[in-house]
Amino acid sequence: MPVIEVTNLRKSYRGNEAVRDVTFSVEPGEIFGILGPNGAGKTTTVECLAGLRRPDGGHIQVLGLDPQHDRAQLRQALGIQLQESELPANIQVDEALELYSSFYADPADWHSLRDTLGLAAKRTSRYGKLSGGQKQRLSIALALVGNPQIAVLDELTTGLDPVARRETWDLIENVRESGVTIVLVTHFMQEAEHLCDRVAVIDSGRVVAVDSPGGLVNRVNAEQRLRFYPSAELDDRLLTDLAQVTAVTRHDRQVLVTGTGDVLGAVTSVLARAGIVAEQLRIEQASLDDAFIALTGQETS
Amino acid sequence: MSSTTVAVGSPLRALTRTETRLMLRERAGLIWGVGFPPVLLIILGALGGKKPDKDLDGLSLAATYVPIVIAFSLAMLALNVMPVLLATYRERGVLRRMSTTPVPPSRLLAAQLLINLAIAVITTVIVLIIARAAFDVGLPRQVGGFLLAFVLGAAGLFSIGLTIASLAPSGKVANAAGALTFFPMMFFAGLWVPRAVMPDALRHVSDYTPMGAAVQALQDSARDQFPGALHLAVLAVYAVGFAIAAIRLFRWE
Repeated sequence: MPVIEVTNLRKSYRGNEAVRDVTFSVEPGEIFGILGPNGAGKTTTVECLAGLRRPDGGHIQVLGLDPQHDRAQLRQALGIQLQESELPANIQVDEALELYSSFYADPADWHSLRDTLGLAAKRTSRYGKLSGGQKQRLSIALALVGNPQIAVLDELTTGLDPVARRETWDLIENVRESGVTIVLVTHFMQEAEHLCDRVAVIDSGRVVAVDSPGGLVNRVNAEQRLRFYPSAELDDRLLTDLAQVTAVTRHDRQVLVTGTGDVLGAVTSVLARAGIVAEQLRIEQASLDDAFIALTGQETS
Repeated sequence: MSSTTVAVGSPLRALTRTETRLMLRERAGLIWGVGFPPVLLIILGALGGKKPDKDLDGLSLAATYVPIVIAFSLAMLALNVMPVLLATYRERGVLRRMSTTPVPPSRLLAAQLLINLAIAVITTVIVLIIARAAFDVGLPRQVGGFLLAFVLGAAGLFSIGLTIASLAPSGKVANAAGALTFFPMMFFAGLWVPRAVMPDALRHVSDYTPMGAAVQALQDSARDQFPGALHLAVLAVYAVGFAIAAIRLFRWE
C-alpha cells in the first residue's frame, strides 16, 4: 500500500506549465528520489503533495489523505524542509526546536533530535551565526520534530561542502532506519545514486522514468571502455572475435577496448587463457549521469 | 472530514513568547517605540515648563505633547517595527516554513500584533505617569473616550502598517515605505507644529489624517470631553479600509 500516490498531476503558473503530467507512488519506508534539472517541476510537485499549492489537475493521496482537503491532519504526519525558508536571525537553536515542537499534537523529543543531528554544541547559537551545514541540519530537525511518517527534503545538500554533504547523507539513512519514509528532491546524481531506493526522473514537467538508480543505468545500453597495458604481445583478433567487443584500438602500448554487456568478464577470461595480464586496468562504465542525459537529453550540473 | 484538533492556545503562547524574546534581542524597536517617546516628553516638558499657554488652547507644552508622543509610539511600532519584521520574515521564507506546519503563519502575525500593542500600552502608561508626576498633567478624565480613541487609533495605524507589510517585497522596502508614511503623518499629528498653532487650513487637513485625528481624540478625552464624532469616524474609516486592503493583499510568500 503506497504512502504517496500522485496521478497525472498538472500545475501552471500564469500560463507557464510547471508540471504537465507527473505520476508516481512511494512505498512505506523507502527513500524516494525526485530527480531532474533545475526548473523541471520538482519543487512544484512536492509543494502540491504537501498541500501548499492547489493542483490544476490530477489526483494526489498522501497517507490516504487529500492534501487540499485534509491539510491540518496531513501536516501532523508530513514534515517538509523547503528551499529558501529561513528562521529569524536571532532565534537560538533550542528556541526554534521548542517552538516548532509546540506546533504538533505528538511531537518528537526535540532534545534527542537535536543531539542526533549534531547540534548539541550549538544549542544556544543564533540561527544567523550557524554555518550552511548546521542550518541545513536544523532544517532537517524541524522537518522531523513533529514525528512525521513522511519527510520531504528539498535540495538539502545544495551549497554544502563535500564533507557536510556526506554527513547529511549518513543522517538521512539514519532517519530512514527509524521508519520514516523519505522523499528526496535533488539535482545531484551522486546523491540519488547514494541514497535512493527508487527515483522518478522529471523533465519539463513530465516523469520520464521511475526506477532504481541501477535500473536507470541499465536502461541506457551505454558502451563500456576498458583500458589496459598487456603484459605480453597480444593479437587484437583474440578480442575482436568476442561478441561483446565492438572495437579495439591502441595508443602506443595501451589497448582500448569498447564493448557492451559483460565485456569485462569476456576480455579478462580470454586474456587469462592466453596467459596475459591486463596491467593498470581501467573501466569506464555508464553512470546515473549518462542515464540522466540519455533520458532527458540534458547536461547535468 | 475528520481534522486533528490542534490546541491553538499553546502555539500562540509559544509564538508570543519567542517573538517577545526576539524583540528584546533586537532592541531597535524598543528604543524607538518605548524609550524615545518618554524622553521626548521629558525634554519638551523641561523646556516648556508646566505653565498653561494660551496659544496652546490653555494647555502646557507637556500636556500638549502627551497625546503626540503616545501617537508617536503607536506609529513607530505600527508603521516601522512591525512591517519591517513581517516583510523580512516573508522575504526570508520564515512564513513559508511555518505554512508547512499544522500552525498557520497567521498565528505569527497575531503574536506580532499582540506584542506591539502590549508595548504601545506599556509606553502609554509610562508617558501618562511621567506627565502626571513630573509635569502636573492630569490623567485622562474621559477614560472611556481615551480608551476608544486609543483602540481606534491603534487599529487604524496597525492596519496601515499591515498594508505596508503586504505590499513591500522586502524588509528594506518596508523600512523605506514605513519612514515615508511615518514622517508626514507625524507632521500632521503636530510633532513639529502642534495642532493648536497650525494654520486653520493645515489643521483641517490634519483632521482627516489618522494621526491628526488620533491626537485630537486623545487630547479631547484628556480634557474631559468625549472625542468628536469626526475624529472617531476618520479613525474607524482608516481602520476598516486598511484592514480590508491588508487582508486582500497579504501574501505569505
